[in-house]
Amino acid sequence: MSSASSTTSGAAKPASTRAKPANKWEQAADWTDGRLGIYSLARANLRKIFPDHWSFMLGEICLYTFIIIILTGVYLTLFFKPSMGEVIYQGSYVPLKGIPMSEAYASTVDISFEVRGGLLVRQIHHWAALVFVAAMLVHMMRVFFTGAFRKPREINWVFGFLLLVLGMFDGFFGYSLPDDLLSGTGIRFMEGAILAVPLVGTYIQMFLFGGEFPGHDIVPRFFTIHVLLIPGIMLGLLVAHLILVFYHKHTQWAGPGKTEKNVVGMPLMPVYMAKAGGFFFLVFGLIAVISAIATINPIWAYGPYRPDQVSTDAQPDWYMGFSEGLIRIMPGWEISLWGHTLNLGVMVPLAIFPMVLAAIAVYPFIEGWITGDKREHHILDRPRNAPVRTGLGAAWISLYLILLMAGGNDLFATHLHLSINSVTYFVRVGMFVVPVLVFIITKRWCLGLQRRDKEKVLHGRETGVIKRLPHGEFVEVHAQLPAKDLHTLTAHEQVEPFELPAATDENGVARKANVITRTRAKLSRGFYGEGSQIPKPTSEEHHEITSGHGHH
Amino acid sequence: MSHDMSEEKLPESHGSAGHHEVAAHGDPFADPGLPAHEPRRTDIDERAAKRAERQVSLMFVVSMLATIGFIASYVAIDKEKIVYVWPLGNISALNFALGMTLGVALFLIGAGAVHWARTLMSDVELPAERHPIEADDEVRNDVIDQFRTGAAESGFGRRKMIRNTLIGSMALVPLSGVVLLRDLGPLPEDKLEHTGWLEATPAKPLALINMNTNLPMTAEDIIVGSLTFAMPEGLHTHDEDFQQRIAKDALMLVRIAPENIKDEKSKELGFEGILAYSKICTHVGCPISLYEQQTHHALCPCHQSTFDLADGARVIFGPAGHPLPQLKIITDEKGFLVATGDFDEPVGPSYWERAR
Repeated sequence: MSSASSTTSGAAKPASTRAKPANKWEQAADWTDGRLGIYSLARANLRKIFPDHWSFMLGEICLYTFIIIILTGVYLTLFFKPSMGEVIYQGSYVPLKGIPMSEAYASTVDISFEVRGGLLVRQIHHWAALVFVAAMLVHMMRVFFTGAFRKPREINWVFGFLLLVLGMFDGFFGYSLPDDLLSGTGIRFMEGAILAVPLVGTYIQMFLFGGEFPGHDIVPRFFTIHVLLIPGIMLGLLVAHLILVFYHKHTQWAGPGKTEKNVVGMPLMPVYMAKAGGFFFLVFGLIAVISAIATINPIWAYGPYRPDQVSTDAQPDWYMGFSEGLIRIMPGWEISLWGHTLNLGVMVPLAIFPMVLAAIAVYPFIEGWITGDKREHHILDRPRNAPVRTGLGAAWISLYLILLMAGGNDLFATHLHLSINSVTYFVRVGMFVVPVLVFIITKRWCLGLQRRDKEKVLHGRETGVIKRLPHGEFVEVHAQLPAKDLHTLTAHEQVEPFELPAATDENGVARKANVITRTRAKLSRGFYGEGSQIPKPTSEEHHEITSGHGHH
Repeated sequence: MSHDMSEEKLPESHGSAGHHEVAAHGDPFADPGLPAHEPRRTDIDERAAKRAERQVSLMFVVSMLATIGFIASYVAIDKEKIVYVWPLGNISALNFALGMTLGVALFLIGAGAVHWARTLMSDVELPAERHPIEADDEVRNDVIDQFRTGAAESGFGRRKMIRNTLIGSMALVPLSGVVLLRDLGPLPEDKLEHTGWLEATPAKPLALINMNTNLPMTAEDIIVGSLTFAMPEGLHTHDEDFQQRIAKDALMLVRIAPENIKDEKSKELGFEGILAYSKICTHVGCPISLYEQQTHHALCPCHQSTFDLADGARVIFGPAGHPLPQLKIITDEKGFLVATGDFDEPVGPSYWERAR
């Protein structure tokens, strides 16, 4: 705070220490500061330090594609007619001439063929949406596998999770708007899914569709949800997400000079303004080029929606593929009792769908509960140093991928010349078996990498130089790692598993830990027990080996 | 926060979390502190710096040209022009030109900025201190005190009647929002139980209209092993409610040699081996459209539910929960295939109120 601001006597010449504005820009800045207080804000942020790592740009891709989606989305709303009113197509695309269709479909075809640049913007919108969801998933993987979600960032993890879920659903709604044969089939699926909800399913269906399927209201309603409701919520969450990122400051990898109490990197102005600002244009430019050369969602080839028609290879976009997979592999169980029907074949997958997603959302809280660690964490874990977490993450991804495979079982069958029944049976079993196998393999792999780190720290790196000893033995000379590498490889913490208190207290009276405490102890042993981490090399071990003789 | 410490690029001297950079000879794993800055070529060689400057500017200039190219393409290229571009094939010239010029214009701004940052801006790493997110005890206690004072002044805890009625009214008021949604749609009533075939009666049967020819069919029109799609007489594609009607009324007609029909009831509902099943899958409602002549299996392309049309459309694979409903058909005096009533169970996906 400048001392001038505390001077109240206007008549006397204030003892201002404020420098005279050197030019017009500084003058304008002074004027703005008097109204908005920008200097205090800028002091904290203009030279804010950002650590450098390639994986930190994954979150940036999410942000930039979101902006691209909004920009192109606004353009598309200027031409798109969210109406199910029937028109006869008379545009320039010959194969559709004279065919009755909804205004929504006709205007999408018009955007593609009559509006100059409309096709490009449609393609950029769709491609950016795909990249957006993909980047969110990969960004979350980065945060997950490095443990960046730990205190104080758990809440931001949940914000990010909500953004992923909302992004997926907004993608689904957007994909449904053109009212083409493929998207209509997706809505039909949604209707069937809603009908499977016990007790209130038919009511929700009638209210959502404004009557029986498909009705006249569904496209206008989805339009409002797609362009207003969900993006509005997402924008709020995104701002909160970014404010928290700024407030928490970035995490960083362990290394020389990097501690839990500092953040090492380069300042926002000028380096990150140029790098991050420039990266927006790189992303936008690349997506524009992809949209120029690769067609996505050619709705004119599918034709307008008719409930009695369908094409093969009817699938949602890949990010919804795992829910489609769940639906496809579920056996058709149906329970009929007292004049009511419970459609388990649809209901069970729809119940598992949010559970597969929610597993990500709750993970930070479960891990925090198991470790009981109340400290802040800003140094990232290398995935190998948290083998159980890494194994769980890999198992989750394998489940996602195997369900995605189920969602495209027809494609696997036709392209690999397999029976569709065999693919489905394989996935039915694989869904339970594969994640377990992946967990075991990943965990062992991590332990192997930990052993190699230990070996490197204690014995140095192989130089390739062969030395002959006086008694004739050949040995390879190992070189000591430099101090910075020794530090980096040993900087991680190793958590002690949580142990149950003694079975009797100090007076010899038996006390029994309750189920929750015992579960926690068991899980903690699983996470950090002997089988889950290789003890770090100690400086004593290092001394002994480096000072001793004849070790290598 | 502020970076007054930019001159002193020293690591922290107070030993936190076991890092003692002074004890380097004691602990081999101690933090050696921030490494010294290594200058880049452009930091020490002015010619290299000039070259980098020219590279950055060149990218910005090409970006300008690309934007001009974008505008020129928008004006000059006909929107219906198709060109062959290897290896993409025949594509819209306008889409290709606009996308490429826009892409290049945007990408080069980004590439120029990043190149500038990487070669010419300072790459000295600086440390900034973190501050704990949690407030210190003094602030915490102060805030809690202030809150308690405020709460006490409001009397919220003391005047329980006000508190409870406020909670009650807050809990109830969102109900208005839910109630307002009621007019989004009609009540289900028995709408899902019936299809458009309900209009058919023995006195006034409805003819089955071939989807492809829009004409009624005789039994001879349907050959053994074929699959034909039909809709009820009186339904037209331009009808206001066509989409809702066809979503339930669509039929598929299969003709199977009578000796191959395994299900007796199914045979009775059909006419000389012609069986009329609902085309709408009982899983989630996709239209079934793949038919295997040899096995009489029909497969839904959405989720691969497979029905044996020779055995009452029983589900033999996939996630569907019950067979396809079958419509009773006969021929009228002119020999046309007709229906005399509705399906005897609801078509399409099952739901809570559905009784079998």
